Amino acid sequence: MDSLLNSDRPPVFCPGCSHDRSVHTLDRALKEMGLKGSDVVIVSDIGCSGLFDTFFKTHAFHGLHGRALTYAGGIKLARPHLKVIVTMGDGGLGIGGAHFLAACRRNLDLSLLVLNNFNFGMTGGQFSCTTPEQASVASSFLNVLEKPFDVCDAAVCAGAPFVARSSVYRKDLPELLAAAITFEGFAVVDLWGGCPARYLKKNPLSPKEIESAIEKLPPYQGVVSTNRRREYSSHYREEAAKKTAGVDWHGIEKTFEPTVNERREVVFLGSAGQRVITGGTLLGRAAISAGMNVTQKNDYHITVMRGPSVTEVIVSPQAITYTGVGKPDVIIALSKEGVQKRWGLFERMTKRGRIILAAGVEIPTTDAQVEEVAFKAGGIKKKERALAALYLMARDRDPITPEMLEEALQQSFQGKRLEEARLVLEKAATVLTH
Amino acid sequence: MGLLFIDGNQAVAMGAMHAGCRFFASYPITPASNLLAAMLDTLPAAGGIALQGEDEIASIGYCLGASMAGMKVMTATSGPGLSLYSENISFAIAGEIPIVIVNIMRQGPSTGSATRGADGDVQFMRWGCSGGLPVIVLAPADVNDCFTLTVHAFNLAEQFRCPVIIASNKEIGMTSGTLDMERVEKPAVLDRTLHEAGPFLPFQVKPGEDVPPFLPIGGPILVRQTSSTHGPDGYITTNPSEIQAGVERLQRKIDSKAESFSYFDLEERKGARTLLVAYGVTAGAARTAAAELSENQNIPASLLILKTLWPVPEQVLQAAAVGKERILVVEMNLGQYLQEIQRVLCNQRVDFYGKMSGQLISPTEIIEEVTRG
Ligand code: SF4
Repeated sequence: MDSLLNSDRPPVFCPGCSHDRSVHTLDRALKEMGLKGSDVVIVSDIGCSGLFDTFFKTHAFHGLHGRALTYAGGIKLARPHLKVIVTMGDGGLGIGGAHFLAACRRNLDLSLLVLNNFNFGMTGGQFSCTTPEQASVASSFLNVLEKPFDVCDAAVCAGAPFVARSSVYRKDLPELLAAAITFEGFAVVDLWGGCPARYLKKNPLSPKEIESAIEKLPPYQGVVSTNRRREYSSHYREEAAKKTAGVDWHGIEKTFEPTVNERREVVFLGSAGQRVITGGTLLGRAAISAGMNVTQKNDYHITVMRGPSVTEVIVSPQAITYTGVGKPDVIIALSKEGVQKRWGLFERMTKRGRIILAAGVEIPTTDAQVEEVAFKAGGIKKKERALAALYLMARDRDPITPEMLEEALQQSFQGKRLEEARLVLEKAATVLTH
Repeated sequence: MGLLFIDGNQAVAMGAMHAGCRFFASYPITPASNLLAAMLDTLPAAGGIALQGEDEIASIGYCLGASMAGMKVMTATSGPGLSLYSENISFAIAGEIPIVIVNIMRQGPSTGSATRGADGDVQFMRWGCSGGLPVIVLAPADVNDCFTLTVHAFNLAEQFRCPVIIASNKEIGMTSGTLDMERVEKPAVLDRTLHEAGPFLPFQVKPGEDVPPFLPIGGPILVRQTSSTHGPDGYITTNPSEIQAGVERLQRKIDSKAESFSYFDLEERKGARTLLVAYGVTAGAARTAAAELSENQNIPASLLILKTLWPVPEQVLQAAAVGKERILVVEMNLGQYLQEIQRVLCNQRVDFYGKMSGQLISPTEIIEEVTRG
């Protein structure tokens, strides 16, 4: 196979820069693998390593600092056949740390080459997440205060199944890179080299010294057997194929005629666990079965299992423009905390308004008609009260009817849940009669 | 077919599916989380990809990669996440990468109130990018719009190769409403224009056109994408006239076509002296108010509901304002879009009513403001 180097754009690194070597080594690896330019995308980061994509005749994606792994992930998921190679410096690794850890955990088939030269070359030799404490860099004494980050240790901890560390000067590096690219899963190669323009000026480091420094560290030479597992993209497709589409494009048919000719605003005031939102949805579905328009809006604590739970439902034979509640037509007051959450609503109600009030719950004075209901004495449990209140509205055929409510139950529940809901209505019919 | 009972976020998801969205990634944030849930329910089963990114930056990053690989993509967030999208939005502008971004606005600034609505990002969506080049922003007013404008958003993103933001609001995204799939407007679905023949340069436009034909990364012909200032070949350029031509084209490709996608509703009433201007969820209250004023209080008021916010539909505004004594802009913030309307209608009286308390603006408040005159 031919070289994939871009003959129109030879590398332009500073003389002696180890990146130059990395470019040629990567090309040898690609050549030995017999890859065509269109089989490969090089996703480069920012800084001197960000120039890599321009030196190759492959697909190329040069994005934002530290984010190369994210673009690479999107490309790989969309085009699984591509060899996706990410080049990133130690700077990009630091700023994109969250993406590095996520990529290790996720195990998409990407190959990450960390072109590690222990500093930010392009911006003037500042310290990076891999700068040794004793080094002299352009960030004054700051690197003395921080422990350098071991790329390979972190990769293994985070779950990368292929991790290698090497000097760019190693003879068999093309084979190592080819192994990383061939590996089906996330492969990290921590490539140590020198930046003569910045870092090496004050911190001389010969290729030999780099080799011996790496030898002193725990060896990372490729496959991490404890982290081997399914590749994400193929695994994703396999799991996705088991899913059935969860969208209903059909909706609820109009089976009944509406019983009201103008807008009704119904507010449920309850607490977490009282199923008021389900109650609101059932009311909505019941009204829709008569072809009415409906809106529903919920309000509950961010800690969802505690605190007030409020739902506002508007039903109307006409289009609903304003989705807020002005003067409620019905308030279903099931708990103290729910009532307190909307205390001001009661004074806005007119004489025609209806309040279905759970016995024992205190409400402000109001012009509306209050109907106190002894849910507890009737053996209707807390989680059944919203539905029992719907029974009362259906019985009085405003704004829904028992037939609409039955339709809504059938739309919403199946099997045991449906039977239970019907039993609640039956119980309500027996104990909540005037 | 019957009526669907879904919230605005679910309607956006359905619009996205209708438009051919194949890739979605987002990070959970109230009030946009159930859009992630809806896409996870829908997209994988349909052969697409839905992801939960490790953060917002990653989520939009995955989308940009997938879009360049040829997929129609969408992401969703709220104000705090939109802030993190900013740099990648600039990239999508510069790299001409089609993407639909759904911003379910919540009361701010900052963390603000996660479960309260507002329209406080209206200027931020336009200007929250480096370089200041245009994006398209569409504002749905209800579940119907959420469906239809999402299809438009995909069409515009694909046609113009740019980010298109859907400016929704907690009060739309998390409020359920009825959607009639038979009646709702379903725009014809458009795809990006592909390069057909001859040598391919990734950012080369045809004579007389402003949008470069697309080829995906991963196809037989090599494609380059770059966030750096580039020439038609996708390599860095330092040539000032090439740079200037490039940024002028990015501006022109959207601004010069703005009238073709200035979506709006106009309720013109005979004898109206006031023109109400609203968008988003406030449009509903304004409709109720305008109808009440005209039908019961004998104060006819016309109403303009803007569904394209950016680029500013200047001609639409000018036409609707002809002969009006007073323009009243109503929005759920402290006066943001107001500034655009004052700019466009600089010779007319433009008043403002708004608040950002987390509460809806009610029809009563609007009526009071109109009658105060
Ligand atoms: S600044 Fe350093 S890393 Fe960058 S090209 Fe020069 S020597 Fe290489």
